[in-house]
Amino acid sequence: MNSSNTKAKAKPGRRIENLIWEFKNNKQAIFSLVYISVILLISIFVVFSPNDPNAIDVTGKLKPPSSLHWFGTDDMGRDYFMRVLYGGRVSLLVGILAMFTSIFIGVGAGMASGYFGGIIDTVLMRFVDVLSSIPWIIMVMVISMVFKKGLISLILVIGVLGWMEIARLIRSEVLSVKERDYIKYAVFIGVNPWRIMFTHILPAVFPTVITASTASIASAIMVESALSFLGKGVSAPMSSWGSLLQSSQKFLQKAPYMAIIPGVFIILTVFSFNKLGEVVRVFAEPRVISGEEDV
Amino acid sequence: MLRYIVKRILQAVPLMLLITIICFALINLAPYDAIDALTTPDMTQVEIDAIRQEYGLNDPVPVQYIRWLKNICRGEFGYSLLSHTKIKYDLMVRIPATIKLILPSYLTAYTLAIILGLIAGSCRNRWQDKLIDGMCSVGLAVPTFWFAMIMMYILGYKLKLLPFIGMHTIGKENSFTDYIRHFIMPYTVLVISFLPDLTRYVRALAISQLKEDYVLVQRAFGASKYEILFKHVARNVLLPLVTKLGMALPMLVTGAVITESIFSWPGIGQYFLKSVDALDYPIVMDILVLSGSLVIIGNLLSDILYCIVDPRIKEPG
Repeated sequence: MNSSNTKAKAKPGRRIENLIWEFKNNKQAIFSLVYISVILLISIFVVFSPNDPNAIDVTGKLKPPSSLHWFGTDDMGRDYFMRVLYGGRVSLLVGILAMFTSIFIGVGAGMASGYFGGIIDTVLMRFVDVLSSIPWIIMVMVISMVFKKGLISLILVIGVLGWMEIARLIRSEVLSVKERDYIKYAVFIGVNPWRIMFTHILPAVFPTVITASTASIASAIMVESALSFLGKGVSAPMSSWGSLLQSSQKFLQKAPYMAIIPGVFIILTVFSFNKLGEVVRVFAEPRVISGEEDV
Repeated sequence: MLRYIVKRILQAVPLMLLITIICFALINLAPYDAIDALTTPDMTQVEIDAIRQEYGLNDPVPVQYIRWLKNICRGEFGYSLLSHTKIKYDLMVRIPATIKLILPSYLTAYTLAIILGLIAGSCRNRWQDKLIDGMCSVGLAVPTFWFAMIMMYILGYKLKLLPFIGMHTIGKENSFTDYIRHFIMPYTVLVISFLPDLTRYVRALAISQLKEDYVLVQRAFGASKYEILFKHVARNVLLPLVTKLGMALPMLVTGAVITESIFSWPGIGQYFLKSVDALDYPIVMDILVLSGSLVIIGNLLSDILYCIVDPRIKEPG
């Protein structure tokens, strides 16, 4: 978590300064930042590569990694390196869009619940309780039965599944922000509640939103890979890391690299997003300067 | 305290009802007709209509809901669409199989997490802590199914040490060693998947406890580090951990869906996935209600346990 806080002094300072200091002193954080930047850039620009991930080569099936095919080839002789890169595109896309969905619903519900209170708060929070009481895997499977398969519904399913925790976080944050003097004054002089929410409360809870969203991408990528692995996620010809793992199952004995490589990518990506989320907490909660985390 | 417990139980009832309502609404949303469970393809339309009438499928949805709820409460879980067998009997075989897998794994992970978490928390920022915490960070990012596949490859295919399909070898259903051989891999996978989260929780608790005044006092009186850790800190760390135990209750049913499906363990998770693939709605809905209720009962239990273990807390949460 905090690998470098031996030298940490609880120094007061501005948020950005803390963040930069944290990045400078935390090797894992730098690694995560670099890894995520690289993988994002590759995912965006891989389409310009001349190599086709779907080019079939019947003579070169299930070849282990070599200088020609860095990650080997799959059961249809397709270059696995390109397939993994293209798979990353889908995994990251689903992760990021699902995160936006969760954040959108979660922040909306959390703000409404915290700001208006009363009956709205009770109803929304009970609803959150019920939804979060059903184990996610059961929930996802049931929803996937009702909706038809596709990238959009996959994103929605994962997004709709992940907003409850965010709503709770934002709600408690709004409850404390609401008590500050500038908000009370705004209410007192009769500013429109929507205006208060968007111009005064939203900026105040924004750091929390940032922290929640990094963690949310990590969990969305995990959920997507599990779903694709169970055959409920993206379907052929599209592939994600999870679905690559699913199809590698059949060739586990002959071509173990087909299972190992996408898994390593998932681990690195999820690890990095989690790590970034932890580091960004310094920005969101200035009290939590490295090492002074609260429980 | 009794009043608190009664109050909590009363709060749990509407939640349970809400879960069943959501489940039932989903059944009705889904493109499925309950009549399919009862008919065979060679029946005429008149016969089908008669059955529909008999089972009350023409009644308004709320009436059907109440009837369904009554059945669930009486333990009548309905029939499978595919095999037309009673779901109750399937569940009675499947649930024990899952419990046999989950219970030992969770308890192992729980014990290990307490030990590792205490070590990490007490050696804050030293190599022990960095090692344990680093392993947890990586562990949280490892997909269960990936780890399972790697184990299958190494122990199953490469070294040919262990079987990796099912619970028993056919013909050796009563052999205990055979069962253990099948059990080792899914068990390890589950322990590893439960461990990081629990360890981090214990570590965070230990760190906050070590900041308390009583630790300082003990140290001032010359108590050794291990004495403080295991006599005093451990006790206070165990308190909130009791609540984790209650919340783990639903895992007894749904904690190993992915692991079971990879190792073809004949538990409830695999049953659930098969039913989802076959669009066998009644089974899916039963498992949904079952797991939802277990979560609520688990939370209830953990609140009550907490209240019993730590009488200072009258109204947690």
